[in-house]
Amino acid sequence: MKVLVAVKRVVDPNIKVRIKADGSGVDLANVKMAINPFCEIAVEQAIRMKEAGTVSEIVVVSIGLPQCQETLRTALAMGADRGILVETDVEVQPLAVAKVLKAIIAKENPALVIVGKQAVDDDCNQSGQMLAALLGWPQAAFISKIEVAGDHADITREVDGGLEKLAIKLPAVVTTDLRLNEPRYVTLPNIMKAKKKPIEVIKADTLGIDIAPRLKTLKVEEPPKRGAGVKLADVAELVNKLKNEAKVI
Amino acid sequence: MSTYRAPLRDMRFVIEELVGLQDISALPGCAAVTSDLVSAVFGEASKFASQVLAPLNRVGDEQGAQLIEGEVRTPPGFKQAYEQFVAGGWNGLSGEACYGGQGLPNLVAMPVQEMWNSANLAFCLCPMLTSGVMDALTLTGTPEQRATYLPRLTAGEWTGTMNLTEPQAGSDLSAVRTRAVRESGQYRIHGTKIFITWGEHDLARNIVHLVLARTPDAPQGVKGISLFLVPKFLVAADGALGARNDVHCLSLEHKLGIHASPTCVLAYGEHEGAIGYLVGEESRGLEYMFIMMNQARLAVGLEGVALAERAYQQARAYAQTRVQGRAIGQTSEERVAIIRHPDVKRMLASMKAHTEAMRALAYSAAAALDKSRRHPDDGERKRNQALVDFLIPIVKGWCTECGVEVASTGVQVHGGRGYIEDTGAAQLLRDARITTIYEGTTGIQAADLVGRKLARERGATAHALIGEMRSLLPQLAGCANAAVAVAHAALAQAIEDLSAATRWVVDTQSSDPAAVAAVSVPFLRLWGVAAGGWLMARAALIADVRLNADVEPEFYAAKIATARYYAEHILPQSSLLAKIVVGGAQSVLAFSEQQF
Ligand SMILES: Cc1cc2nc3c(=O)[nH]c(=O)nc-3n(C[C@H](O)[C@H](O)[C@H](O)COP(=O)(O)OP(=O)(O)OC[C@H]3O[C@@H](n4cnc5c(N)ncnc54)[C@H](O)[C@@H]3O)c2cc1C
Repeated sequence: MKVLVAVKRVVDPNIKVRIKADGSGVDLANVKMAINPFCEIAVEQAIRMKEAGTVSEIVVVSIGLPQCQETLRTALAMGADRGILVETDVEVQPLAVAKVLKAIIAKENPALVIVGKQAVDDDCNQSGQMLAALLGWPQAAFISKIEVAGDHADITREVDGGLEKLAIKLPAVVTTDLRLNEPRYVTLPNIMKAKKKPIEVIKADTLGIDIAPRLKTLKVEEPPKRGAGVKLADVAELVNKLKNEAKVI
Repeated sequence: MSTYRAPLRDMRFVIEELVGLQDISALPGCAAVTSDLVSAVFGEASKFASQVLAPLNRVGDEQGAQLIEGEVRTPPGFKQAYEQFVAGGWNGLSGEACYGGQGLPNLVAMPVQEMWNSANLAFCLCPMLTSGVMDALTLTGTPEQRATYLPRLTAGEWTGTMNLTEPQAGSDLSAVRTRAVRESGQYRIHGTKIFITWGEHDLARNIVHLVLARTPDAPQGVKGISLFLVPKFLVAADGALGARNDVHCLSLEHKLGIHASPTCVLAYGEHEGAIGYLVGEESRGLEYMFIMMNQARLAVGLEGVALAERAYQQARAYAQTRVQGRAIGQTSEERVAIIRHPDVKRMLASMKAHTEAMRALAYSAAAALDKSRRHPDDGERKRNQALVDFLIPIVKGWCTECGVEVASTGVQVHGGRGYIEDTGAAQLLRDARITTIYEGTTGIQAADLVGRKLARERGATAHALIGEMRSLLPQLAGCANAAVAVAHAALAQAIEDLSAATRWVVDTQSSDPAAVAAVSVPFLRLWGVAAGGWLMARAALIADVRLNADVEPEFYAAKIATARYYAEHILPQSSLLAKIVVGGAQSVLAFSEQQF
């Protein structure tokens, strides 16, 4: 069974981002970039399924600048088999991502698509759902467990009230939640091997789809600074403040 | 302690722009070493450093290694971290491909090792010693020894140690007394070794000790010492582990720093005699040791850089958040973060400038080492060998002495909290303190510099290097940047100081070696200060070009600011040091022992 995983290049989540002086967005110049943590979990899941014998090939896809090759290399070093970079310098928004992936999926015919539930840069949480809709495939978002059994997959999702278990027919799109797995550390020998794995580069404009942004960013600004906290003597004082000052209980 | 983040940008600057990664990629066997590979390797190595090694630094310090019924137990988490380290293939970073290593050149391996050392020095000593044993066996082991030991050492499945020191034999290894008695194809080793780093532990299944010892009929002194391989567990031809060898850990030292690194007293042959195998030829043990020591001394010099970097990051984080006092000239009542105070800025600038200059020097030596081994041209190999040989005592001596000073300044930035263990600043100072001692004290490095390295070839390499420094001056003079002009003036003066002092040392060494010895440490420091200044000036020139092209203005402007600080605060020390070298020997020698 072939699996396709989409990976996004985002600002390294360990780095404190800065907003551009003109408020047009986050300053990305010379900032350390990394694979989106949810995408990393998606890649890890595919590799675990390959190690368990249910998956035969893992194709990773990234969309964006040529530098996204680095992100693909990370996925290849983790254990994916080959990469596809859909190259564009346009800001790709969720619908565009879904359309591009649909086009790639038409060529690759994977039985399962695993994507992160959201990217930590824009936190959209839409691409996976839109992709499933465009494909007309079943979807399961925020999965914390997946097991493939013949023509369907048994899924566990984390929902507010607890765990939801469902079975979805393949091919399907799933999006990963944090507790699905803990991604491995990449080993040095695998970094060296990843250098030799193939990455196919496809120019986005050769796909014949409209990926122009539909949303316009008006302004990006820092969240308001949090005021200083106060130390309370005991629980009684806390309850009193919650009741009388914050008026939440 | 603040979280460690590898200084990836500066590392890449030094290897790609200042030292020249492309020169190394062009060497035979290094074609794969491209910029993107390096960035992938550094990325993962830094993750490992920050997420796995750094969090154990504190617990390692607090709990230390413990000896329990003859077995050494490492602090909680160390065993798992070592397993991860081995599973990640990191132990084979620069090991040879035929034994399962990745064969990466030193210029790439050094920054990776710097990250790990910054994160957790005590942990890193274990793989560092293993790699010393790998070098020794690669160089002098028999084909069988290599086949049996190297794949397992490269993988990190077994670890290695270096057993030189005995109570009466420290700096002077000719005093080694441990005996090796010949016995059909092998030897029985008897004696006590002290201060053996990672001499016993629970991280790996076997430990391969390399031991300096004397054969019975060997001549006295340096000539009579041979090198032996003594495994903790005997090894069958197929690599299976057999009987426990007669080498035991009697005790662990209580020490100032690197608490997680077990420093062992090892007793050899208290019972039937420890079985040992000769490495190379009899009586050539010290000669082999000296060849390996080059790499080991470079590695310890790098520890100085690593701890300086860690101390700088820690101090910077503290200075950004600690609020105390008002800014000079400020009229409002507002209290400011101490980073606003000029004297705190000065301390941070000093830490940053030293660290960056040290890094540049250490990586330059690593590149020269790569060329000395891999360059296709014989002349280039020889020239680079002479250069590394010359640079090594400077890297070891200067980077570790500065490492201690930077760590000490780090404590100072913290005020009282630096002296209290909670911040972690004190641990860095305690840990750094060993680096100027092991692998040859600073005094021994300085003796090596003036004796073996300078006098023997009458300063040929030194003067060639001074010539290279001088050839930078016209370029600096032609640069419009004001900070570069400052660097030009300071470097021109430092070169004069350096060449005068070097001439004095070369001229005086044969007639009055005691005078040279009396000022050899200031002389070594002079070389460090001047070579660091030369590299910072080169860095400033590169940064100026990038700034003019408006590339990464923040990084390059900071580089120029750092180079300027170095030129105004550190490089001027050259005149003082040269004065001490040329004129200060007699006051030292004039002391009678009774006057102390
Ligand atoms: C934590 C730790 C770990 C160590 N790990 C190892 C290890 O793994 N394997 C190992 O074999 N050893 C190890 N050592 C030993 C270490 O290498 C020695 O301590 C060091 O070489 C100095 O020797 P010494 O202690 O006998 O000091 P000494 O040689 O007695 O030196 C004392 C002082 O005299 C000076 N001095 C001595 N001779 C000269 C001279 N000829 N000219 C000028 N000055 C001189 C020295 O610079 C020093 O200041 C370790 C030591 C420590 C503390």
